[in-house]
Amino acid sequence: MNKLELNEDKVLEVRFVGDDDVLNHILDREGGAKFKKERPQLLVNTKKIIKKPEYDLKEDGIEVLKDKNYVEVLGRDVQESLKNGSATVGGNKVYSFQNRKHPEKMAKLASELAKTPRKNVSYSLKNDPEIMTDIPQCSKGHSPSDEVQLKNNDKSEFISTTRVLRKRLIAPRNHSDSESEYSASNSEDDEEVAQEFEEDTNKAILSPKTQAQNRVVSAPVYKATPSKKMKRDKTSDLVEEYFEAHSSSKVLTSDRTLQKLKKAKLDQQTLRNLLSKVSPSFSAELKQLNQQYEQLFHKWMLQLHLGFNIVLYGLGSKRDLLERFRATMLQDSIHIVINGFFPGISVKSILNSITEEVLDHMGTFRNILDQLDWIINKFKEDSSLELFLLIHNLDSQMLRGDKSQQIIAQLSSLRNIYLIASIDHLNAPLMWDHVKQSLYNWLWYETTTYSPYTEETSYENSLLVKQSGSLPLSSLTHVSRSLTPNARGIFRLLIKYQLDNQDNPSYLGLSFQDFYQQCREAFLVNSDLTLRAQLTEFRDHKLIRTKKGTDGVEYLFIPIDNGTLSEFLEKEEEES
Amino acid sequence: MATSSVSKGCFVFKPNFKKRKISVPIEEYFNEGKNESEDSKLRFETYQVIWQQMKSETEKMQEELNKNLFDSLIKFLQKSHSGFQKNSRDWGCQIKLREIPTAALILGVNVTDHEFTFRSLTEAIQNNVTPYVVKLQARDCPDIKHFLQKLFSQLMDCHVDVESKEEEKDIQKKTHCSMDSLSSWYMNVTQTDQGKPRKKRTSSQWQSPPVVLILKDMESFTTKVLQDFIIISSQHLHEFPLILIFGIATSPVIIHRLLPHAVSSLLCIEIFQSLSCKEHLTTVIDKLLLTTQFPFNLSEKVLQILTSIFLYYDFSIQNFIKGLQLSLLEHFYSQPLSVLCCNLPEAKRRINFLSDNQCENIRRLPSFRRYVEKQATEKQVALLTNERFLKEETQSLLESLHVYHTNYFLVLRCLHQFTSSLPKYPLGRQIRELYCTCLEKNIWDSEEYASALQLLRMLAKDELMTILQKCFSVLNSSSEKQLGSTAKRIEELLAQLQSLDAEVKEEEDASGSQSKGLQKTDLYHLQKSLLEMKELRRTGKKQTKFEVLREKVVNFIDSLVREYLLPPETQPLYEAVYFTAAHTLHEHLNAAPRLALHTALNNPYYYLKNEVLKSEEGCIPNVAPDICIAYKLHLECSRLINLVDWSEAFATVVTAAEKTDANSVTSEERNDIIHARFIRAVSELELLGFVKPTKRKTDHVARLTWGGC
Repeated sequence: MNKLELNEDKVLEVRFVGDDDVLNHILDREGGAKFKKERPQLLVNTKKIIKKPEYDLKEDGIEVLKDKNYVEVLGRDVQESLKNGSATVGGNKVYSFQNRKHPEKMAKLASELAKTPRKNVSYSLKNDPEIMTDIPQCSKGHSPSDEVQLKNNDKSEFISTTRVLRKRLIAPRNHSDSESEYSASNSEDDEEVAQEFEEDTNKAILSPKTQAQNRVVSAPVYKATPSKKMKRDKTSDLVEEYFEAHSSSKVLTSDRTLQKLKKAKLDQQTLRNLLSKVSPSFSAELKQLNQQYEQLFHKWMLQLHLGFNIVLYGLGSKRDLLERFRATMLQDSIHIVINGFFPGISVKSILNSITEEVLDHMGTFRNILDQLDWIINKFKEDSSLELFLLIHNLDSQMLRGDKSQQIIAQLSSLRNIYLIASIDHLNAPLMWDHVKQSLYNWLWYETTTYSPYTEETSYENSLLVKQSGSLPLSSLTHVSRSLTPNARGIFRLLIKYQLDNQDNPSYLGLSFQDFYQQCREAFLVNSDLTLRAQLTEFRDHKLIRTKKGTDGVEYLFIPIDNGTLSEFLEKEEEES
Repeated sequence: MATSSVSKGCFVFKPNFKKRKISVPIEEYFNEGKNESEDSKLRFETYQVIWQQMKSETEKMQEELNKNLFDSLIKFLQKSHSGFQKNSRDWGCQIKLREIPTAALILGVNVTDHEFTFRSLTEAIQNNVTPYVVKLQARDCPDIKHFLQKLFSQLMDCHVDVESKEEEKDIQKKTHCSMDSLSSWYMNVTQTDQGKPRKKRTSSQWQSPPVVLILKDMESFTTKVLQDFIIISSQHLHEFPLILIFGIATSPVIIHRLLPHAVSSLLCIEIFQSLSCKEHLTTVIDKLLLTTQFPFNLSEKVLQILTSIFLYYDFSIQNFIKGLQLSLLEHFYSQPLSVLCCNLPEAKRRINFLSDNQCENIRRLPSFRRYVEKQATEKQVALLTNERFLKEETQSLLESLHVYHTNYFLVLRCLHQFTSSLPKYPLGRQIRELYCTCLEKNIWDSEEYASALQLLRMLAKDELMTILQKCFSVLNSSSEKQLGSTAKRIEELLAQLQSLDAEVKEEEDASGSQSKGLQKTDLYHLQKSLLEMKELRRTGKKQTKFEVLREKVVNFIDSLVREYLLPPETQPLYEAVYFTAAHTLHEHLNAAPRLALHTALNNPYYYLKNEVLKSEEGCIPNVAPDICIAYKLHLECSRLINLVDWSEAFATVVTAAEKTDANSVTSEERNDIIHARFIRAVSELELLGFVKPTKRKTDHVARLTWGGC
C-alpha cells in the first residue's frame, strides 16, 4: 500500500515516511528491483545488506536468470580482456574467513615451495605409511585440494633421494627446533610449563619427522578444529571459525627474535647496496608489460583533456611509469609532481605550490578553504591556464584523510586541472564516497608493473630497517654544535633524566620546576627566564616538546627514541 | 630535475617559454596513439558533435523533468513570502511569523546528481522569486561562525555589483558576522534598492524579497549548528525574511531526528518529492538510446553493464551518462569505421570519400562478410574487388540499417505496451529490460516471450483496446512512414473490436430475453435447460468473435516482432554504429583493484607470461617475484607473524630457487642479499596494507587481511 501511496501523490503533501518507504525509494519502487543472489566473481564478495520488500519475491525467478546473464557477461569479458584482474580466483579465495593456522605452517609451505619445480612427480596415495602419520598434522585447516598437494609434496620429500635438498630442508628445521618455543603473545602464562616440556622432548629427539608427530601429541592446543575441516565451505562453519580465530587473545607464534638471529638491522644505504646486486628476474616480460602501458599515454592525454581523471592501480611501483609519462607527454605544459609517499606532504603544501609557484601569488590565506576557493576562481577565470597534477600514491598516510581527499577531488573536478594518480593500498578505494568519486570522475587503469617500491618505501620506518637512526642523530649533533656550552649542558641534563627514566612506564617528562632546580644546581642558568629562553630555542628546533600533566604542570620531554639519545650522549662524551 | 627529495614532496615544473600556445590540440592525442588511423580527425569531430548533442539533450531533459518540482517549489516560496508582505495584525499571522517557512526537498540517494538540480533550482529562484539565494554545504560550515560568515559573503556576492565588490569584501572581513549585522545589511540593501529602479525582475515588485537559503546536504550538517541557526534566525524573522530549503537524501524523518521538537516547531515544513532516479534513467535511455536521433547505439552487454552499475552501485544518472560518454569515446577511438556513425545523409556523403584502407576495413567486418556470402557469385566478386560498387552497396546498406532502426524502436515500443502490463512481467517491466533481451538474441526464441504471448491471449477486451490505442499513437508519433501499413492494420483491428461491442450487445439482449423465458418455467425445466447449455458449451468450444479477434491481434504482434526485432548482429555494417567492447567499459568504470592485487600476488603468470611461472591453482613456483613468495608465506600465518620465522621460510624458498649460481658468491653475502630482499618484500607488503608493525610481541607483524588458503 505504501507503493500506491507513493505513486499517487508525489508532491505537496506533508507526511511521515517510515523506514520501509525509504527502503522502497532506495530500491526499485515498482518492484523491479533486482539484487543479486550471487555476486559475480569480479565484484566484492559482500553479503547483501538491503532486505528485499515482499512484493519483489514473485519476480525472483526472472531476476536470478538475469543476474546469471550478468555474471556470464562479466565472465566472458574477463576472458576477452587481458588486463582485468583474473577470473580464476573466486571471491572466497580473496576474502574468506580466517581460520586457525598452525604455527609451523609457514616453514612447511616454504619447504614445499622450495621444491615446487618437481611438483609433477606423482605417486599413488597409499604407498608410504609415513605420510599417513603425517596427515593429521598437515591437513588441519587446509582445503582438500591443498591437502592432496601437501601429501604429494611430503611424499616427494620423503622419497626424494637428492641429498642436498634434504640437507637444506632439514638443516634450518633442526636449527629452529632446538630453540623453538611456542608461546602466546602474552608469554607469562602458564603455557611456559608446556613449553619446557616441549623443549625437553625436542632436544631428546633428533629426527624432525618423529618430532613433528610428537608435537601433535604434546601440544593439543594447536588442534583447535580437527572435526571441522571437512565442511569448510559451509557458511555457518566459516562464521564459527572466524569467531574462534578471533576469540582468544592469544596468538601462538614462536618467540624467536631477530637479535638471536644475529642479523643486524640494516640501514637504508646498505640495504640499497645489497639490493643493487640482485639481478632482476623476468626483465623481458616486465619490459613487455611496460611497453603495453606506454602505448596508452596518448589515450590518457586524450581522456584527461575530455574531463576524465586517471587513476592507476595494480601491484608494483607506478612511479617510473608516471615519470615516463611526464617525460614524454608533459614537457611543454605546467605540471606538478606530488610524492604522496613523502612523509611531510600535506594538502597545504600542494595548494601552496599551486598558488606560489604556478600562479605566482605572494599573499597568504586565512585557511585552506579560502586558498582552495581562490585557486578555483583563478582557474575558472582564466581558461587558458592548464595544470597537470601527477600524484604518486594518492592513498598515502598523509593524503588519505577525508579533508585532503575532498580538497584534491575539488581541484581535480576543475576543467583545466588534469589529475593522474596512482594508488597502491589494498583498501584505497574506500577513501572515496560517491560524492568524491563523482568529483574525481575517475577512469581506472590497471598497471601491474611488479617493479619494486624503492622510492615509496624508503621513507617508511620499516620494521627491519634500522629505525630512523642516522637522520635525527646527525641533526641532533648539528644543532647541538651551534649551541652555547650552557645550553648544551641543559639539553644533556634533560637527556640524562629521560634515559634514567626510560623504564618507568608512567614517566611523563621533567617538570619545569624540577628542571630549573637541576639546572641551577649545575650552575647552568641563574634565573628561570634564561632557562625559558633556552627552552624556546630548543622548541623551535623541535628538540623538546611540552605536555600538560593532570595537575596542570608543564612537563618537558624529548621526542626522540632513547637509542638515538644514548648514542648522541656517547658521541658527545667522545668529543669532549 | 629529479622528483625525489628528502625535504619536499611537491615539484612544480614550468616550461620556460611562458607565452606558449596550448601546445597540442586534443585531436592530436586522438590519432597519435595509433599508427594507422583512418579519418581520425573526422572521427574525433563526429565524437564531439554527438557528445555535445547528447549532453545538451540530457540537460534539457533534466530541466523538463525538474520543471514540475520547481514550479511547485516556487509557488510555495511565493506563497510563504506573501505572509511577510501582508503584515496583518491577526493572530494566526503573528504565529506564522515566528515560523520559518521551510521546504524539505527529498532528492533520493543519488547524491551525485543533486548538484545539477540545485544549480538549476537556484537559477529558477533567482529568475522568479528573489535575487538572494544562498547555497551552503555542510563541509563549509563546521560551526555557526563559519555558517554565518559563508552566508554573509554569499549574500554579498548575490547583491553587489562588480565595481563595489572589493570594498565590500574588505568590509566583510572586518565586520563581525552576526544575525544583527545581517538584518541591518538587509534593511540597507532593500531600502537603497527601492530608491533606484531594479532590473526587470519579478522580485522587484516586492519591496522586500526574501532570502532563500539552500542547505544542500541537510543530513551532514552538525545538529548544533542547525539548531542554533534556526533559533537565532527565527528571532530575526520579522526583519530578515528567511526561507529555508533542505536538500534531503534519505527521508523526511531525518528532520525530526536532527532537530528536537523545540527547534522543529519553529519551522513550517512542506515536503517536496523529486522524481525518482529510476524514472529519470528510463527517460534518459528513452531519449538517448531508443531513438534514431543519435546514430550511436550500445550493444546488449554494454547496456547491461551500465544499468547494473546504476542499479547496484550508485543510482547516479551522472555516472550513467559518464559511462555513455566513455563508450562513445571508445567507439570512435577504436573503430575506424565509426566515421560512418553519423546521420544518414552525412554518412552517405562520407562513404564517397572513404580511402582504400577503409574499404578494406568494411570488407573485413564480420557482418559484412556474412552479407557477402549470401550474395550471388558475380556480386560477391564485385563487392570484394570493385571499390565503387562497394561504396554504392554500403550506401544502400546504411540506408537499410537506418530503416531497420526506425522500425526497431517503433515495434519495440509497441511490444513494450503489450508486455508492460502483464502480470509478473515476463519480459520485464521497464523498456530497457525488453531492449536488452531483444538486443541479445531472437526474442521469440525465449521462454519468457512464449509465456508473455500466452498471457496476452487472456487479455480482456478493454485492456486490449487501450493497448492497441497506445500502439497506434506510438506508430503515428513517428514522422517516417515506414510502418504506415502497420498503423492502418491496427486501426482496422481497433475498429473491429469496437464493432464487436455492438454485436455483443445484441447477443446480450437475446440472452436476456431467453432468461426471461426461463423464469417462467418450473425448477425441473430450469435444470434441464441449464444442463443443456452446459453441454452445449463443453462440446461446442466455439470461440467467440472476440476470442478470434484477440488471437488475430496477438498473432499480428508476433509477426511484427519476428519481422522487425531482429538482433542487430544480423544487420550488415552494424559494427559501425554499435559499441560492443563491454569489457573496456567495465575495466575503466568499475575496476577491482583488490582483485588485481590478489591476482598479481597469487598468480604472477597471469601478468608475466613466462613458462617458469606456470603453476597449478593455489601454489606458486619458487622463482616467482619476491613479494609473491613473501605474500604466499604470510598467508599461512594467523593474526601475528614472527619475522624471524618468516624470513627463514623466505630464505629457504629463495635459496632453493637460485641454487645454480650458488657458488659464484660467498654464502655470507648471499644470505645478506636474501635478507635484504626479504626486507624489501616485507616493507612492500606493508605499503600495500597486508601487514603492519605491532607492539604486542617483539619482532612481529600483524596481518591485516583475512583468510587466504
